[in-house]
Amino acid sequence: MEQFLKTLIGDTLLNHVIIAALPLVFILLYALVAIYVEMKMAAHMQDRLAYMRTGWHGVLQPIADMLKLLQKEDTIPAAADRIFFILAPYIVFVGSYAAFAALPFGSSFIGSNLNIGIFYIVAISSLVVVGIMMAGWSSNNKWSLFGALRAAAQIISYEIPSAFAILGVVMIAGTMNLQELSAAQTGGIQHWMIFGGTLSLMKKLIVIPVMLVLFVVYYVSSMAEVNRTPFDIPEAESELVQGYMTEYSGMKFAIFYLAEYANLFAVSAIATVLFFGGWASPFASAMTGPLWSTFWFVAKGMLLVCVNIWLRWTLPRLRVDQLMYVSWKVLTPFAFACVLALGLILVW
Amino acid sequence: MSEAIIAPPISSTGRSLRTEEMIINMGPQHPSTHGVLRLELIVDGEIVVDVVPHIGYLHRCFEKHCEHMTNYQQVIPYVDRMDYVCSMNNEFAYVVAAERLLKIQVPERVEYIRVIMAELQRIASHLIAVGTYGIDIGAFTPFLYCFRDREMILDLFEMTCGARLLYNYMWIGGLSHDIPVEFVPKAKEFCGYFRKQLRDFNDLLTYNEIFVKRTANVGLLPADVAVNFACSGPMLRGSGVNWDLRRDDPYSVYHKFDWDIAVGKGEVGPVGSCWDRHIVRMAEMEQSIRIVEQALEQIPEGDVQSAIPKRIRPNPGEVYARTESPRGELGFYIVSDGTGTPYRIKARSPGFVNLSVINEISRGSMIADLVAIIGSIDIVLGEVDR
Repeated sequence: MEQFLKTLIGDTLLNHVIIAALPLVFILLYALVAIYVEMKMAAHMQDRLAYMRTGWHGVLQPIADMLKLLQKEDTIPAAADRIFFILAPYIVFVGSYAAFAALPFGSSFIGSNLNIGIFYIVAISSLVVVGIMMAGWSSNNKWSLFGALRAAAQIISYEIPSAFAILGVVMIAGTMNLQELSAAQTGGIQHWMIFGGTLSLMKKLIVIPVMLVLFVVYYVSSMAEVNRTPFDIPEAESELVQGYMTEYSGMKFAIFYLAEYANLFAVSAIATVLFFGGWASPFASAMTGPLWSTFWFVAKGMLLVCVNIWLRWTLPRLRVDQLMYVSWKVLTPFAFACVLALGLILVW
Repeated sequence: MSEAIIAPPISSTGRSLRTEEMIINMGPQHPSTHGVLRLELIVDGEIVVDVVPHIGYLHRCFEKHCEHMTNYQQVIPYVDRMDYVCSMNNEFAYVVAAERLLKIQVPERVEYIRVIMAELQRIASHLIAVGTYGIDIGAFTPFLYCFRDREMILDLFEMTCGARLLYNYMWIGGLSHDIPVEFVPKAKEFCGYFRKQLRDFNDLLTYNEIFVKRTANVGLLPADVAVNFACSGPMLRGSGVNWDLRRDDPYSVYHKFDWDIAVGKGEVGPVGSCWDRHIVRMAEMEQSIRIVEQALEQIPEGDVQSAIPKRIRPNPGEVYARTESPRGELGFYIVSDGTGTPYRIKARSPGFVNLSVINEISRGSMIADLVAIIGSIDIVLGEVDR
């Protein structure tokens, strides 16, 4: 892709702008689809229909919703800290958007082919916490402050088990570059990391259970990092009334939502790359190629997003101390044990 | 439950940093206060140090209004609007009181239909209670399942009297309409269907690991405290006290049916937790189904309006009648001065009394627990404030 653009328009600034803008276009389109899918899935689970009026089965409703939010009055509370209040949603969005730079969208497209790709993503997503703290503090609302403090505690706590789960995969693959990681998993479903990657059959049998545990650890902590039920404690509609987002309206509120959905896809995409082959086709050499690879990547990512939606509309919410318990006393020890086990297996 | 007092952190200069408790208003516009209840919380971080409930936002002078009606029958629509999620039970309590004052014996068929309606309404009311409780805990889906099933009960009511929420159905001495022919088969069909739904609901919410973790061990209400605060209904039975006015202060024809009183047993934690109150409601729905099924089988023939008095003018005197509403002991105290207008009507509403215990059971819990506690009390502000 980059090569193609370079031959087309030369190594100019425009080239870089296009490369940077593509994920943004993807996020916007994906958010519309994800909102529609979420509403429809939730509705069908709950024995109702959801949108039915705007377009065929309401497919145009997300666009209508977006237009509605654009028109809304953008209020800023009188007692709010204006600068930080305005800045906060954009910082949150930048945190999620920046992660897309290192996601391998296909065998020939990646925003930036970093050799420390996954490490970069883990680091840059922490920026979200700063934005949330800014939003909660500058709103000058006690409920928002509660939400922000809960969010900060939660996201920081869950980064540890998720980082360890990532470390386990990186140990097997021997690379932090997500493009190389995906390329290593081509050649059929048996080469996916969750099935032990390209290790020998003997080692695979020992590694598979460890990888399954690591996947669960990663997936649970990623759910917590994107603040979705059962870990939506910072937003907690019935307790905190949307937490740090309470005072936001109009476009700023929409940006928070966009960031949340972007983050949701980012963590699902990382799980895809780490455990399910990234853009690699599940059928050995069939259905490969640049376009197919993009299809596989997005499809796998969306599948994990759907699992997340399914869980969200099924489970109740944990309490804040129970959330910490899950992170520190369940997930982190398991992740540690798995990394230790993987280390021993690899040395053996 | 965590300790409410945490040692203040020490700064680098050796002096301790100043920490203070925060006063925060929960409501009147808050999704978990089930209406316009305002709770003044004093919190230390996430821990609730004290709760002061402020009520009265929905006060509509129900009792004063009743004194200015032209007759006793006109009070019934007002009674409907007291606890708007279980109007039938409110009417039931009022007509029982008025009939005792007038010494009217109503026909057997009327009593049976009243019991059927009251028990169906109890199921509808409990469905809202457990459904919204799910939302309080963060599970949205069970709520819609509850509303789907409640809809069927409302359809039965609509079939009978045309109204879906505020019925004006039970009149002093009779009923506004007899049940239509297709009511009995439809109601039987609902009973069979609903049994299965209850099992599914228990699988989805009641025994969900997260739900149990959130509600067992939270908001513990010991039996003696419950009795001292005059709690009633599922609030009292959740604490293990076997007390139900349908059996202990019999009215209507409840003594003719075979049913059990659901009591909290502490299946997943100490007795008297929020989970116990929830399971009592679940079990009561099952028992209500049993009562409805038996009543539908035994219902006698008759005229439902034969005993309605032409002119209601009770002898001077007073009466207190109490019934078991879905929320607890709902009583009406009526004083008559011999005219056609009630001299004084006082409602003893269970929600108001049950709410008074909130301070006692939520001190030292977390904010999220407080939401669980309010939900488990199952208040309807229309009835708390009247």
